[in-house]
Amino acid sequence: MNGMEAPALEIDRVSHAFGKRLALDDVSLTVPAGRFVALLGPNGAGKTTLFSLATRLYTTRTGRLRIFGKDLASHPSAALAELGVVFQSRTLDLDLSVRQNLAYHAALHGLAGRAARARIAHLLGRVGLGERADEKVRTLSGGQARRVEIARALIHRPRLLLLDEATVGLDLASRADIVAIVRGLVAQEGLAVLWATHIFDEVQAEDEIYVLDKGRIIARGTAGEIIGGVAGPPSAPPAEGATASLEAAFRAMTSARSEDAA
Amino acid sequence: MSDAALPPPRHLGLAGHAVCLGGIVSRELLRFVQQKERFLSALVRPLVWLFIFAAGFRSVLGVSIIPPYDTYVLYEVYVTPGLAVMIQLFNGMQSSLSMVYDREVGSMRVLLTSPFPRWYLLFSKLVAGVAVSLAQVYVFLAIARLWEVEMPPIGYLAALPAFVLTGLMLGAIGLVISSLIRQLENFASVMNFVIFPMFFASSALYPLWRIRESSELLYLVCLLNPFTHAVELVRNALYGVFEPTAFLVVSGTAIVFFALAVIAYDPGRGIMGRRGGPKGEAT
Repeated sequence: MNGMEAPALEIDRVSHAFGKRLALDDVSLTVPAGRFVALLGPNGAGKTTLFSLATRLYTTRTGRLRIFGKDLASHPSAALAELGVVFQSRTLDLDLSVRQNLAYHAALHGLAGRAARARIAHLLGRVGLGERADEKVRTLSGGQARRVEIARALIHRPRLLLLDEATVGLDLASRADIVAIVRGLVAQEGLAVLWATHIFDEVQAEDEIYVLDKGRIIARGTAGEIIGGVAGPPSAPPAEGATASLEAAFRAMTSARSEDAA
Repeated sequence: MSDAALPPPRHLGLAGHAVCLGGIVSRELLRFVQQKERFLSALVRPLVWLFIFAAGFRSVLGVSIIPPYDTYVLYEVYVTPGLAVMIQLFNGMQSSLSMVYDREVGSMRVLLTSPFPRWYLLFSKLVAGVAVSLAQVYVFLAIARLWEVEMPPIGYLAALPAFVLTGLMLGAIGLVISSLIRQLENFASVMNFVIFPMFFASSALYPLWRIRESSELLYLVCLLNPFTHAVELVRNALYGVFEPTAFLVVSGTAIVFFALAVIAYDPGRGIMGRRGGPKGEAT
């Protein structure tokens, strides 16, 4: 099943324009099944547009998106059923309880009754919020709300999870929690994850990375390869140095592009 | 939870559709009961009209015998159906407002990741709005009854399908408007350009023959206003009378506006892609 399986997410030569402004320019990206892939880019690079297309908020006329081989344009229902999403903006109903929020989302996927209740209890336990189920979302901290959103994204048992700047605005400890939960899902449950971020230290050296800048993919590879591609092969990638050198490599790439454009 | 490798369960059959509709409606009702001030203001508005405006006008405007009334009626009795539909008008526009709000805060995006067809999700939203408006309308009618605006008991039942239909029509108009306005602040314009003209240029506050006496043109405008027909459908139904013209106009308007809303929210053609999606996410 592994070798032949279609990739979890396949973005194939996608471009998208808002009016005359090209937000995405010929972007191709693959998330293999069961893998963690990071999409790295500054604000305004086009990450959110890419997420909007992948979640079918709107469609594009150029290029194709497939989720486990199912084309999002021609088979939206089958494709969306495999997909869980955590959006950058907060999307829970603040005045409803955690459980009511999750039940609503289960219903959006046709799940109700005992099966849905069991699933909700299980997932809340998984993100460490089992005891907060009947509290209003308003009373949760930012990090807790994000964890609820992760649980929500998993209710319908998707095999692909997209997270758009999931840790934005959170303190260090909450960020670490979120990253640990998501990496745990990949390692233990074989979930495929596309993790969009502009925070370099969330990326590990062996992660597959795509670097998006001004709507184009400007680099692809593991963190080590990307650093190497700019600064020559790293002698011995030190754990802490990796972040700094990835950031430096990123700066070098994006500033080179700005000079080209000028 | 090593079930991530299993294919996701498919519940998109008839039962799944019912679950989805039920989930959207109950979310809307839950949100509604949480927002007590919204419920209160939805009630106070028509009650102010009934208790103050109608009482003041009572002496100025006598309403002669026109169908469905078989006797002279007090002005309060005449305006009550119109005020009930006004509740739905405000509610329809308010749910359109909540669509815009949903778009801004992103819960619209969550809704649209549902694997159900998009027209069905919009339809469910519409039904949810109607459910909320029915709660408001019947509480209003109950209070009006204490104020001695009494309909025949069977009228309250006969009016239910009429209220559902008028609610769908006004909700569908709201959906289309929600696709046209970009930001919440524009609700004031909706008040000025949609709610007030629709309400005043209708038979809600005065019988059409009175309007005809003062202006033939205005009379024509009122006749073309679907809100007039919504009011007349409800007014007749409250007295157990079925009004076929009003029924056809209201259902036709509902269908046309719902079709327009489906086009507006279509991911390929609609507003989302063309306008760069929700506010602040045009990057």
